[in-house]
This record gives sequence, structure tokens and C-alpha cells, in this order.
Amino acid sequence: MFKYSFKRFLAALPTLLVLMTLAFFMMRAAPGGPFDQEKTLPPEVQANLDKKYHLDEPLIQQYGRYLFDLAKGDFGPSFQYKDFSVNELIATGFPVSFRLGVSAIILAFVFGTCLGTLAALRQNTLTDYSVMTAAMTGISVPNFVMAPILILVLAVYLKWLPAGGWNGGAFKNTILPIISLALPQIAYISRLTRASMIEVLRSNPIRTARAKGLPERLVIFRHALKPALLPVISYLGPATAAIITGSVVVEQIFGIPGLGRYFVQGALNRDYTLVMGVVVFYGALIILFNFLVDLVYAMLDPRIRY
Amino acid sequence: MKRIQHVLVLWCTLLLITACGGDAGDNHASGPDGAETSNLDRPVKTTMVNTGERHSEQYLRRGNGSEIQTLDPHKAEGVPSSNVHRDLYEGLTLEAPDGSIIPGGAESWEISDDGLIYTFKIRKNGKWSDGTPVTAQDFAYGLQRSVNPATGSKYSQILAPIKNAEEIIAGTKPVESLGAEVIDDYTLKITLNGPTPYFLGLLNHASTYPMPVGFAADGDENMFRAGKLISNGAFRLTEWVVQSHLDVERNPYYWDNENNAIDKVRFFPIEDQSTELKRYRAGELDMTYDMPFEQFKWVKENLYDEFIVAPYLGIYYYGFNLTKPPFKDNLELRRALSLAVDRNILTEKVLGTGHIPFYSWVPEGVLNYSNARPPEATMSKAEREALAIELFEQAGYSKEEPLEIEIRYNTSENHKKIAIAIAAMWSQVLGVKAELVNEEWKVFLENRKQKQVTQVFRAGWIGDYADPFSFLELMHSSHGINDPGYNNPVYDDLLSQISAEGNPDKRRQLMEQAEAEFLKDYAVMPIYSYIQPRIVKPHVGGYQSNILDHILSKNLYIIKH
Repeated sequence: MFKYSFKRFLAALPTLLVLMTLAFFMMRAAPGGPFDQEKTLPPEVQANLDKKYHLDEPLIQQYGRYLFDLAKGDFGPSFQYKDFSVNELIATGFPVSFRLGVSAIILAFVFGTCLGTLAALRQNTLTDYSVMTAAMTGISVPNFVMAPILILVLAVYLKWLPAGGWNGGAFKNTILPIISLALPQIAYISRLTRASMIEVLRSNPIRTARAKGLPERLVIFRHALKPALLPVISYLGPATAAIITGSVVVEQIFGIPGLGRYFVQGALNRDYTLVMGVVVFYGALIILFNFLVDLVYAMLDPRIRY
Repeated sequence: MKRIQHVLVLWCTLLLITACGGDAGDNHASGPDGAETSNLDRPVKTTMVNTGERHSEQYLRRGNGSEIQTLDPHKAEGVPSSNVHRDLYEGLTLEAPDGSIIPGGAESWEISDDGLIYTFKIRKNGKWSDGTPVTAQDFAYGLQRSVNPATGSKYSQILAPIKNAEEIIAGTKPVESLGAEVIDDYTLKITLNGPTPYFLGLLNHASTYPMPVGFAADGDENMFRAGKLISNGAFRLTEWVVQSHLDVERNPYYWDNENNAIDKVRFFPIEDQSTELKRYRAGELDMTYDMPFEQFKWVKENLYDEFIVAPYLGIYYYGFNLTKPPFKDNLELRRALSLAVDRNILTEKVLGTGHIPFYSWVPEGVLNYSNARPPEATMSKAEREALAIELFEQAGYSKEEPLEIEIRYNTSENHKKIAIAIAAMWSQVLGVKAELVNEEWKVFLENRKQKQVTQVFRAGWIGDYADPFSFLELMHSSHGINDPGYNNPVYDDLLSQISAEGNPDKRRQLMEQAEAEFLKDYAVMPIYSYIQPRIVKPHVGGYQSNILDHILSKNLYIIKH
């Protein structure tokens, strides 16, 4: 187990390095720089700015400098938010995104598995059809359509919830963004659970359990649920990635000060350091999460041992 | 495939335009039946008068566009950051709610007869937010810090009228040589290169704001945060959470504190205008920063009393790349293309937002100035189009041998709508085959500046100070925003004359002459003069619009509601 973890850790480093290198050079390949604006700057001012942020050095040297600083845990100063360093911005933005993301994943997992199980147990009934129709809709309607609709109905017309903003993380402000983020995942997870549950319910161990005369409740919760959840667990890795991508949009729509919003604004403004910071940070996070998922997988499935 | 798509879009628009053209009554569609007229038929309000008893809680919530980049006034750029800076800081002069210049950090001033020397008496009761007095040294330090190339100010050039400023920016003279001399603690003498009638208005710009001597000397970037930032305006910073909100509170040391009603202001960074409108409707904002154009009708009909549209010192135009064919040395072609565009359809039908159709260069609403107008401003549509076809043929093109060009614009629904409509008009009148190229902002700017692939491009400019020169100077052959590559020695010479002219009447004549000189070359195609639409809650008192759209929180108050 420890050996496996160590191996995974070593394998993660080159992945991160490749990710970082790609992001670094792709960012620089985009036309326009962080200080370009409609009005051209006086050459002396431009030169000073370039010097200050080391943009006057050859690209490869900048890359080396970035790696070196990163090894020390320094993401550099933000080009766009001049009063802050990228480390500070990530430190303020991440807890916000983390809270949104984790809540959305938990919500998606709980609701998704419950709905999926329900649909599987009532296969080919009205319940099954309505859950699956809802799920299909959930998958096909993207966040950026769902979120404004939710705002319009629940915030503008009914005035039950705020239309946006973070407000220091007040519970009321988190409800709509979390729902918007979780909905597509609830839909996806419920479909996954349903399919796998139906398969498990038809398997021999379950038939045996039923033949023994175990109550249906026990059959489902003790014997069927665990194997049925395996595909869902392995989906949690990609789900994290999906939630992170989704948060980019949702944070923008709700005006939430999270990492996703920095990423979009950073990319548009050619804030090299901020974009790199978010990419590296999220990259590491996704790798870590996939690793955790694999560990959980081993706990649930006795056939897998590291 | 892309081309087919474009052609389809073009035809659809064309149909739409012709269909709308004959139908004057489409505004009635959503109005109620009977005698009562719809809000859509009423003219939009350009002024707003809300008065009433004051609310016990004086807390103002403003939408403020995209997140500001820095609280350092000397490095700041963009409208959202100036909105915050105007609340935090105060220059030597200040603006009254109607936009006129009144004493600010300086209580009075004297101008020498030749208009070159300004002597400011600094207000003795002026205080920083920590209670220390604001002195002439602080103002001089602010100006020096702004022009110091080490600061990296993007607006340093705006101070070019001050003696030696340009040399300091270029790094050839020391910062101390700036023409801002401290006579004593409360007297500051500023020497200019030439008479600059708009100079007092300039002293209200963020790049001139004072700073305690030695504050945030280079490399010290952590000073512009709550707890450290010291400001001399009506408010002081209490909290800034990037991408969430920025809070300021009353500065008790402000010299005019007794006339400031507002205790606390919260600025919300909301780039997306639809989001802003939703949050306004949900009651989370007292006033918006902007408004989505596509909701203009809805807002006008449903929020008529809260909706205000005021002229704004800005111009929207298309530029021609004059350094490459087909536009190089081809005045006829440029003029033909300009003539073929019907500004009225663009503003009334395509945008429908009350923008002012425009043929001149200096936006409408600048005091004591009358625009130079090219002949087409008074021609009928038929006359313009007939002349366009004639010139187009003189330029060597026809419907059989059509011109093929690309229109470049940066990503935005409104820019796209306008580009589609212009392409359709060119196609309809002249048979021009125009391809639309949408580029992300930084890519777009890069291409525009390099003048290699760009042919026709979309552009806009908001004036930094309310003087025609803030627009005229843009097209000087060496100016940083002269992206058409306009180079006319006569025009450059006129600009130098304007800078040296001290007599206001003569200066105005020279400016009108310069504008006419520029317009006759058709380096650009002006489309409309800006307006600033905004929605303001009825409980916001004291709101008054002005041409620069400088709305200071201290001039507002919250009415009991």
C-alpha cells in the first residue's frame, strides 16, 4: 500500500511537469501580453514593466525561473491584480471553490445514488422513467443555462435566495451555485448507479441472498449497494474534474470569488502567473483526487489489492 | 462552410433590416391596449431627480463592472478602478455633480497670464485618512511617482503638458525635474509646456492623486490594502476581497465630511451585465454599472422610472488600415464605404438603445464646442448611397468586380451585431464581400497594432477629460492609439498649434479645423457617440449624470424606503 502510494506519487511528478510545460508555452504562444492595451505604452515604461516581471528575458530562461520559483512554492506576483501574489489569490480563492466543489460532489453522490437505486428497483415503471428523463435533461442542460434559470425563478421572481455574490460564504449564497454545479453530476451518477444496480441485482450472489429469504432491505443495502457503487466511485475522479470545469462557469455567473473565476479572467488578461498557478494547483488536485479514489476502490472491492 | 454561414447571416439581417424599416409601430407590440401609452413610446430619461427624507442607514451598493486591477491610483486603468479611486482619493481639483470643476485638495488657484504657471493653495484642513495633514509635498510626490518610469504607470502620458514630464517618462531627465514645485507646505506651483485649458480637469484624474511622501516607494506593493492604504478622499478602504466586493467607509478626517451623507459603500465586481441586472432586480444593488443592450426594451418598459440614459464622452468607430492596400492611398474607397453605412439603422434598429448616430470625431456634449461635420451628415440616405456607388467605381470596384475585405472585431454580442449589419449594408449598396473575423481582445489588439492582417477594425474610445483635444490627439501620427496608421503633417501641425494656443476662442477654432482636416481623410468611419445607460433605485437621492460619467458616492444619499 505504501509502496503503491509512493509509486503513484513518483508517476504524478512527470504528469504535472508536462501539464505545466504545456500550459506555460501555450499561454506564451497566445498573441498579446499582460500589459498590452489599446493605448501603446511609452517604451521606457514598457521596458520597466517587462524588466520587473522578467518578460525581457528569453522564454526558456523565464521557464527555468518559473520552475525554480515553483519548487520553492512561489507562484509569483499576479500581473493583473498587482496588489496581490498568486499564492495569496489561490489561498483566498481556493477555500471558496473547495467548499462549493465538495458540497456539490457530496450532494451529487447522495442524490445520484439514491435516485439511481430507486430507478433500478422500480425498473420500467413510471418512477424509473421520470427519474431517467430528469437525469437526461440534467445531463443535456449545461450549467450556464441552468444557473440563470434558477436565479431568475428563485432569486428574481420569488426572492427566496440571493441572485449572486458570496457574502463571506453565507449559507443562503451557496445554495444556488451548489445546486447548479451538482445537477449535471446528480444526473450522471443516477444513470450510472441505475445501470450498475440493475446488473448487480441480476447477479448470482443477489439471487442467493434472496433465495436465503433475506429481507429485500438487507439484500439491497448489505449485498447489492457496495458492488453497484464501484463504477460510481471510479467516476468520482472525472466528476471532480467536471465540477472544477463547471465551477469556472458557475463562479462567473454567480459572481463568486473562487479559483475558477480567476482562471477565466487570468486567461483573458494574459495574467501568465495566475493562470499557471491555477493550472498547476488544479492539476495537482485532480491527480491527488484520482489517487484517493483508487484507494477507496480497493477498500470496496476485495478483488483489488495494491 | 463558414462562408455559407456568413452569407446566411447577412441575408437574414438584411431581411430583418428592410422589414423593420417600414414598420414604425413595432414598439407597440408589447404595450397595453387602449388609451394608456406604453413606456416604450416615452423618451428615455436623461436626468434623474429622486429626493426625500434620509434613511437611517446610509449604505450604498454599486455594481462596478470588471474587477479593478489595483488600488494604486498611479498604476490604475479602466473605468471601474477610477470609480473606486474617486471615492478614496481627491486631486487638486474636484468635480461637482454636473461635471464642472470645483476646488478639491486645493482651495484656490491662480493662473499666470500666459497660462503656463498654476499656483495652487492647498487646503489647510485637508487630511489623510489617518488624520495627518495633506501637504503640497504629498501632491508633488504623487505627480512625480506617476511620471516616474519605474512606477510603470500606464497613464503617465496624460501628464505630458507638465514641464519635463515627457523627458522623465522617456528616462532622459530625473524625476525631481518635474515642473511641480513645492513653495511651502501649502503652496504648489505647476509649470506647463504650453497653455492647456483642460489642465484643471486633468488634475482630477487618478494619475495626479497625492500620496504621503515616500508611501509605496518602489517595490512596496503591499501598501494598497485595507489597514495600510491611506487616502485623502471622502472614504477610506475597509475591505477588499478580490472578485467579491470592495468596501469603503466614511473618512472622518475628510475636510468636507459634514456634507457626505453616505457611511459605507460596497462595490461589486460584476463583469456580466445580465448577471448585474438580475442582482439589481433581486434588490442586491442600488445602482448598476452598465446594462445589457439586448434588455434595453424590457428595462425601458418595466423599470422606466429607474432607467436613465445620459450622453457619454465616447465614440464608436471603424478604422481602416491605411498602411496596406486596399485602403492605402484610396480615399474614394474609404469614403464610399463610410457613406454606404446608415448610422440611423445601426443605432435605431440594430442596437435600439438610444446611441447617437455620428459622423464626426469629437463626441457630442462637450461644452463650448461645435463639431466639424462632413457633408454626408446632412445628406439623405439615397444621396449618400448614390455618391457611395460613384466613389466606389472611381476607386476601381463594382458589383461585378467586388471588393473582398475582412472586418475584425473583438468578442462581444454588440460588436457582432454591428459588424453583421455593416457587412450587410456594404453588400447591399456596393456589392462588397465582407468576411467577419471575431478575435479575442488581446489577439485583436495585437493584430490591430501590427497592421499586417487587419483591414477594417472596430474601435471605441472614452475620453479621459472633457475636452475635444482628448479625442483629437489620438490621431497624431505618433500617438499610441493611432491604429489606422494615420499620418498627416498638416494635422500634426494643427495639433501642435492647439497645444500652444492660449486664447480659448482661437483654440476652439483650431480644434474645429483639425477635426475637419481629419474627417476629410476618412481614416476612420465614426458610427455613434456613446450613451451610458444605467438603472438606479428610486431610493438613491442626489444622482446626477455628467458627460464623463463620474458619479461620486459622496454626492449621493439613501432616501427612506
